[in-house]
Amino acid sequence: MSSAGDAVARLVREEYGRVLATLIRVTGSVVLAEDAAQDAMVRALETWPRDGLSDNPRAWLLVAAKRQAIDHIRREGRRADKEAAAMEHPVDDEPAEVVRDDLLRLVFTCCHPFLSLDAQVALALRTLGGLSTAEVARGLLVPEATMAKRLTRAKQKIAAAGIPYRVPAAEELPDRLDGVATTVYLIFNEGYADIGRAGVAAEALFAGPGAGRADARRADCAGPAVPEKKKKSPAALFFLVDGQPVLLADQDRTRWDGRAIKEGVELVGVALRRGPDNRYAVQAAIAACHALAPSYAETNWEAVVSWYDVLLTVHDTPVVRLNRAAAVAERDGPAAGLALVDGIADLESYPWWHASRAELLNRLGDKDAARAAFEKAVAAGINAPTAEHLRRRISG
Amino acid sequence: MTTYIALIYTPDMDFNQSGAAEMGAEYAEFGQAAAAVLRGGNALHSTATATTVRVSGGKGGDVLTTDGPYAETKEVLSGYYVLECADLEEAVKTAARIPAAWNGGAVEIRPVVTFA
Repeated sequence: MSSAGDAVARLVREEYGRVLATLIRVTGSVVLAEDAAQDAMVRALETWPRDGLSDNPRAWLLVAAKRQAIDHIRREGRRADKEAAAMEHPVDDEPAEVVRDDLLRLVFTCCHPFLSLDAQVALALRTLGGLSTAEVARGLLVPEATMAKRLTRAKQKIAAAGIPYRVPAAEELPDRLDGVATTVYLIFNEGYADIGRAGVAAEALFAGPGAGRADARRADCAGPAVPEKKKKSPAALFFLVDGQPVLLADQDRTRWDGRAIKEGVELVGVALRRGPDNRYAVQAAIAACHALAPSYAETNWEAVVSWYDVLLTVHDTPVVRLNRAAAVAERDGPAAGLALVDGIADLESYPWWHASRAELLNRLGDKDAARAAFEKAVAAGINAPTAEHLRRRISG
Repeated sequence: MTTYIALIYTPDMDFNQSGAAEMGAEYAEFGQAAAAVLRGGNALHSTATATTVRVSGGKGGDVLTTDGPYAETKEVLSGYYVLECADLEEAVKTAARIPAAWNGGAVEIRPVVTFA
């Protein structure tokens, strides 16, 4: 595809979640809105590269999607109240804050606790991220047929069981936000096979909460929002470049989005002031340390280790200890890191524990032990790109 | 007269799917034939739409929800009728006319408790 075509594809994808969110509110049907938004996307991809970009791409997409929705309704001869209402109140354009609220509604609906976590993650990637069912299936390592069934089931439940399409009331927010944060976390932890695309979903998830942070209610959303916003830029261990994973250490930091980082770091401040004991905010602070470092070598490991110490006071888990050990290894050398890693119990079945040992043993020059740890990491089920990367390092 | 509930167990189904109209006609026929003893009833959306609720820590405690039915089974509760019959024999005779009974499902009859 031409670079103009790429730009159009990116723009369309970025707008997809917003258009879909508004359309769901207007039509009252996730399925109908999805069909219509998909059709509008296809039309944009066909016409924009040829005729040039619309002045207001979002409005263009909304109008196109709404026309498609009306066509769908007419074709199927359905006249449900809400759907009919969509036809009587044409949506040409929506004020930015209305779109943000629509996106928030969609976030809270996709991440509703009445849906299983599996369903939440799949639905968020599908609707907010605009990934195809096949892409979601690949990203989450599930057969496509299974994923299609899972998505259908979730949408069916939203419609038939009546999961509300609204932003929760203030008193419900803390609980619900925790759920949203968990879902977004899973998107990153489970979905890193395609993290570049998953990032789109996270961005959509938090475009609403982040953008509205002046509003006290929305500011609550900033806490969980931050780590993911940051992760989209640099904090994830791996980033895909041409389909290949690139370690945080090896990433080309000039490709990071400076504006997103600046916005993210501000959000970290907001989140920490609001809830210094919010683990997502503390994790975001760690991500901020990475984001602000001009290079991996110049990372302020002292600060990173300190933030991990804070994190342990609010969220003490073996995995957090493992991450802290990795930071200590960078600050004090591989021997100090390895001693900490070896001191963590209960991670025998965790592939990253073995992978960390392999990496540190390799740095210490103990190739045999590194290879043994690597084999255990593979046996424990480390993902293929990481395995390949480690294999190259140890044999190199 | 005793009030019975006829619980209809079938493979999980989606009433929006094809074949639903045909099935609807069969049930409408039953509804007319059994009108004298029918006191109510409903079909249920598939278990995909189910939410199971528990409260931990006693009354007013934490509400825990699970996405899905109480038990994952091959046959699921997909509808019910409330019947008012003279005795169990009449209830069973009525249940035997519910289409699920010969369409790969089963109907469970339970008498309803009446509190004095």
